[in-house]
Amino acid sequence: MNAWGLSGVSVRHGRMLALDGVTLAAVPGRIAAVVGGDGAGKTTLLRCAAGVLPPSAGRVRTPGIRQTGYLSPSGGIYLDLTVDENLGFRAAAYGLPAARARERVAEHLDRTGLAAARGRLAGQLSGGMRKKLGVIAALLPGPALLVLDEPTTGIDPVSRVDLWWLIGQAAAAGAAVLLSTTYLDEAQRAGHVLVLDAGRPLAAGTPAEIISAVPGTILLSSVPPADEAQRRRAWRRAGQWRRWEPPGAGQPPGRAGQVVRPDLQDAVVVAALARPAS
Amino acid sequence: MTPLADCAAVTRTFGPVVAVDRVDLQVGPGEVVGLLGANGAGKTTLIKLLLGLMRASAGQVRLFGRPPSRQTRRRIGYVPQDLGLYDDLTVAQNLAFARSVFGGPAPALPASLRPFAQTLVGALPLGVARRAAFTEALAHRPDLLILDEPTSGVDPLARARLWETIQDAAEAAAGVIVTTHYMEEAEECTRLVVMAAGRVVAEGTAAGIVGDRRTAVVDTGDWAATARLIEAAGLPAVLAGTSLRVPGHHPATVQRALAGPGPGAAGPDSAAAAPPAGPVLARVHEEPATLEERFFELAQQALPSAS
Repeated sequence: MNAWGLSGVSVRHGRMLALDGVTLAAVPGRIAAVVGGDGAGKTTLLRCAAGVLPPSAGRVRTPGIRQTGYLSPSGGIYLDLTVDENLGFRAAAYGLPAARARERVAEHLDRTGLAAARGRLAGQLSGGMRKKLGVIAALLPGPALLVLDEPTTGIDPVSRVDLWWLIGQAAAAGAAVLLSTTYLDEAQRAGHVLVLDAGRPLAAGTPAEIISAVPGTILLSSVPPADEAQRRRAWRRAGQWRRWEPPGAGQPPGRAGQVVRPDLQDAVVVAALARPAS
Repeated sequence: MTPLADCAAVTRTFGPVVAVDRVDLQVGPGEVVGLLGANGAGKTTLIKLLLGLMRASAGQVRLFGRPPSRQTRRRIGYVPQDLGLYDDLTVAQNLAFARSVFGGPAPALPASLRPFAQTLVGALPLGVARRAAFTEALAHRPDLLILDEPTSGVDPLARARLWETIQDAAEAAAGVIVTTHYMEEAEECTRLVVMAAGRVVAEGTAAGIVGDRRTAVVDTGDWAATARLIEAAGLPAVLAGTSLRVPGHHPATVQRALAGPGPGAAGPDSAAAAPPAGPVLARVHEEPATLEERFFELAQQALPSAS
């Protein structure tokens, strides 16, 4: 199997290390999600993976610009062109005959409710419609590698279903998909997850692998811990308090029912609490 | 007790468009009410009505027992989606400005914000800017807090910390209204209100809204081929890891789809006896629907049949 992606990639912006030794394979037919907050390095990573930004160190493999679909953070859509004009322009940039391009996206437009908006200016579309247009444009070349920078941020759940349908279609057609998100309920849908923090990988694997790699124990309580050190390792979730106890830190919990079986959200919070810098 | 916010059959029209349609909504002290809805569902209009930025076409909005006014606005803390801070003022200047508008004591900067007091808001990382916006909105100890997608764009630990701030305000008896698109945030709310096409279409806890809805889940080694078969049968397949979810459909229906359109492929109509037949190797079982799946169903039902 031919994998694209990053291996040991670092990116330096002046004095700042935006990415620090990151490895992420883009495997055909697989959706990989890059998770992290603002400033974690998601955009830098995806720009490298798409071949737009050369890394300062490490290796990037891409199938080439004509085989790569890339949704940039701004969406890469001209607001003063119509839906059709945007797609026509992008198809021409990929060197696709107009008829073939139209054929390729007809079902996508239809299925995501954009068919009725073909004559509308992109600037008049809702945020969700514009993102869908951006993803459909990225799908035009029938890409071997599809790189999507936060395709669903700020998008309502109904449009999100359409977007995930598009993403699933691309993967089903054999594309290697890399996307970023700030939400874990969304990352949980991916086959592989990379959690980024300050340019460094915090955790990686399938959601199940990340969850089973949680070190120590998570304890549940109805009130926050009084102890200052414990309070720093505690967070509130769904009306209760969870507290992470590192392995070997102290007494294992005595009472039954107090230990939480972590989900991906707990696992990522623990990874953030366990990182050396904090 | 008088609710902090009370909408009674509130309607707002824009020409022929009914943006908010006979909405009833009460928020009491200590409650965290999550407002869920697709774009165009009417959430933003409802918030503008509550803030007193817009008048209802019909029905009544009351805040703290009175019609919305400048006086009621002083008792509200509001964090809009774009945070509502001045990018070209520092954190300290933003807070000083808000204080001169709202009155009240000078807010103590939380320790995590102190290093940024003299930084222009425009130069702050998003997570820090969000904390600054929260601090500003809470500085005048509002009785009602309105937050539009409060934690968009921050990492899970930072999100948990922001939610602690929200829950602290609720524990100090403020009422909170939160709009969100994310189910992770919805689970933090004491009550959810689902809007679609201007109307409230469901209300209650997440569990109550999902009710006994089920989803067929297909576990498969080849989800691409499986997805194609399910799609070909006209069923909605949603990817979840390496499984596929088919909301609102019975496992037997999905099994038939997986058997493919070939002759004699359809098995007997029994769900329990249905073997993992078909050209792809897949197991189908049933799980409770997720809130997002139920939400999607509600939103689809509210669409005018024409579209």
